[in-house]
Amino acid sequence: MAIGETIRNSQIWKSIFRHPMPLDRRNRIVVMLTNFFLHLHPVSIKKQGIALSFTWCMGGVTFFLFLVETVTGVLLMFYYRPTLEWAYNDILALRDVTSLGILRELHRWGAHAMVITTWLHMYRVFLTGSYKPPREFNWVIGVILLLLTLLLSFTGYLLPWDQLAIWAITVGSNMARATPILGYEGPGSQLLTIGGIDMITDGSDARFGLLGARFVGEETLNRFYVLHCIAIPLATTLLLAIHFWRVRKDGGISGPL
Amino acid sequence: MHSNGFFLNDVAGFLGGYYAFIAIMNGIAALVLWRKKDAGTWAFVWSVFAGVMMIFASLALSGSKSMVPILPEAIRGLVNNLSGPVLYTLGTTGILVVLYVFRKFFVQPMVAWTVLNVSLLLLGLSMADENFAAIVMKPDNVPIVGLVYLLAFFTWVATKQAVVNDERIKQGLPVMEKVNDEKVLVWPDLVYTELICMIAVSALLLVWAIFLPAPLEEPASSVKTPNPSKAPWYFLGLQEMLVYFDPWYAGVVLPSLVVFGLMAMPYLDFNKKGNGYYSIEERKFSYLVWQFGFFELWITLIILGTFLRGPNWNFFGPFEYWTPYKVEVLNNVDLPQMFWVQWMDQPLPRAPQDAGVLSQIGYILFREAPGLLIMGAYLVVLPPLMAVTIFRRFYAKMGFIRYMVMSNLMLLMLTLPLKMALRWTLNLKYIISIPEFSLNF
Repeated sequence: MAIGETIRNSQIWKSIFRHPMPLDRRNRIVVMLTNFFLHLHPVSIKKQGIALSFTWCMGGVTFFLFLVETVTGVLLMFYYRPTLEWAYNDILALRDVTSLGILRELHRWGAHAMVITTWLHMYRVFLTGSYKPPREFNWVIGVILLLLTLLLSFTGYLLPWDQLAIWAITVGSNMARATPILGYEGPGSQLLTIGGIDMITDGSDARFGLLGARFVGEETLNRFYVLHCIAIPLATTLLLAIHFWRVRKDGGISGPL
Repeated sequence: MHSNGFFLNDVAGFLGGYYAFIAIMNGIAALVLWRKKDAGTWAFVWSVFAGVMMIFASLALSGSKSMVPILPEAIRGLVNNLSGPVLYTLGTTGILVVLYVFRKFFVQPMVAWTVLNVSLLLLGLSMADENFAAIVMKPDNVPIVGLVYLLAFFTWVATKQAVVNDERIKQGLPVMEKVNDEKVLVWPDLVYTELICMIAVSALLLVWAIFLPAPLEEPASSVKTPNPSKAPWYFLGLQEMLVYFDPWYAGVVLPSLVVFGLMAMPYLDFNKKGNGYYSIEERKFSYLVWQFGFFELWITLIILGTFLRGPNWNFFGPFEYWTPYKVEVLNNVDLPQMFWVQWMDQPLPRAPQDAGVLSQIGYILFREAPGLLIMGAYLVVLPPLMAVTIFRRFYAKMGFIRYMVMSNLMLLMLTLPLKMALRWTLNLKYIISIPEFSLNF
């Protein structure tokens, strides 16, 4: 106890935590206001708002899985090179050689779980009518986050560069060439011609924009890697911040009026 | 692949643990019920069931292949023969409707527990079938099995509360969420709940990662197309829609509409009740529309696309071997063909060889007139018609724009089940078929 006391009385500890241990009512309030990570929460909350039978904790679990994906993802980036020469071999090494190869399992199953928990979170928000005013706009942000979650999973699916990966992405991205007007097999794309020259070809349509090539190849691997590791996570992080902020600003967790 | 050669040796160990798990689960349930004074009968039932499951577990672990409990061959064959896209869709719809209508019965804990046990038992007995296990135990398909049970569980949790709340509202009492609204401090009550959730999820994820290796197939080859080629599982509902629609609609327009419709939802739902608590009676319309879209058009299609679609996207029963040589007759006919050739008994209208562009378009429009008229009536005539009939109250409350957005979204959502029904009954392929502009619907 004496050591603990000494540490808690030291200048270093006190500079980090600007209050005593949250053991009494006053300090339990203070800790919520002075800690960066905790200040996302309100100080007090209605009991029903935190009942597991009401929230299922699915929003929180989804966010936690996003953090798991971020940490395991960064670690995996140390091992993995997104090139035709190395991509598959690096995953193979993760499976057979690398000591922390289980990172890949954690990352993949975490991703599947995150898709599921996102759906469950949305399902709960619907069933409790929590998308209704004043929370309409936060629901819209949630829908975008759902889309980003699916895109994160979809872009990550390609990276192992095995048969499962490229054919799933081929099937998925083939849809894009049927985009109305902008896909070269889509309805109306024949109308976009200038002087008899087609504007929309398999080298300029929506699918080409997605893949960076006419078929799933090295350009696609690079493109999906950048989208997966940088672009979409950044967008997701920004929208998550707004999503959480709006929960508070729209009156906290929903409940009967 | 048809014989249960080495397969049962591999799966027996898993099944032993699986049955033991069900036994322990029911043993605990029996203990809990026994301590409550008035549930003695159920405690007895579940302890007997736990005993049977222990016997199943020891049979599975006995080391003899013939002892592993399995669904009788005759039943598996019957299921295979009966199952098809039509029965699957109608069957799941029927089950969902029954669950909804008799929800007060199904939310009772003992009923729900019975349903859970029956489904777990059937899953175990099916898993001893090689063809069934090959699909369900594919690493990337395991999450879908989890999804099904999670959805069932949480739907039960939500419906149970909704039933209680609806009853209270009827009696003029406040909803349960209102009763329970004293304030507590976030530290410790919420912060610790979150911590426990994090630890539980981490533990689950670690166990999952340890016991189920992530899939890694042969290196990518753009010349070796696997059969079937499937998108990631969460997009398989969309891939299944390709059976009924062209990619421009099933893969691009419909998904965009789903996203748009979800975003529009809070602005279309003018019902002020049911905000912040579980209720079904107070918001029946939005509840039913949502559950139809979510369960019927999303989840069941994903399950169909993942578990029951094999090579060449043919339908296979749950215990059927996925042979690439299965042949299915495709005798689907386009509506213009049906109308002009079969009913009017004359060739399809075709522009003369030297016709100009405009005259060619005229001929196309004439040829497609039946389909264009039907679609026009569906999307242009129906909304105002519904506004003065079944949706009169909606129209008055929503105003023109909001009503039009809602009715069109609903009609577009219904294009999928309608097209399915037309395919099954009339073998209809396209209602509008303009290959000249890649516009088939």
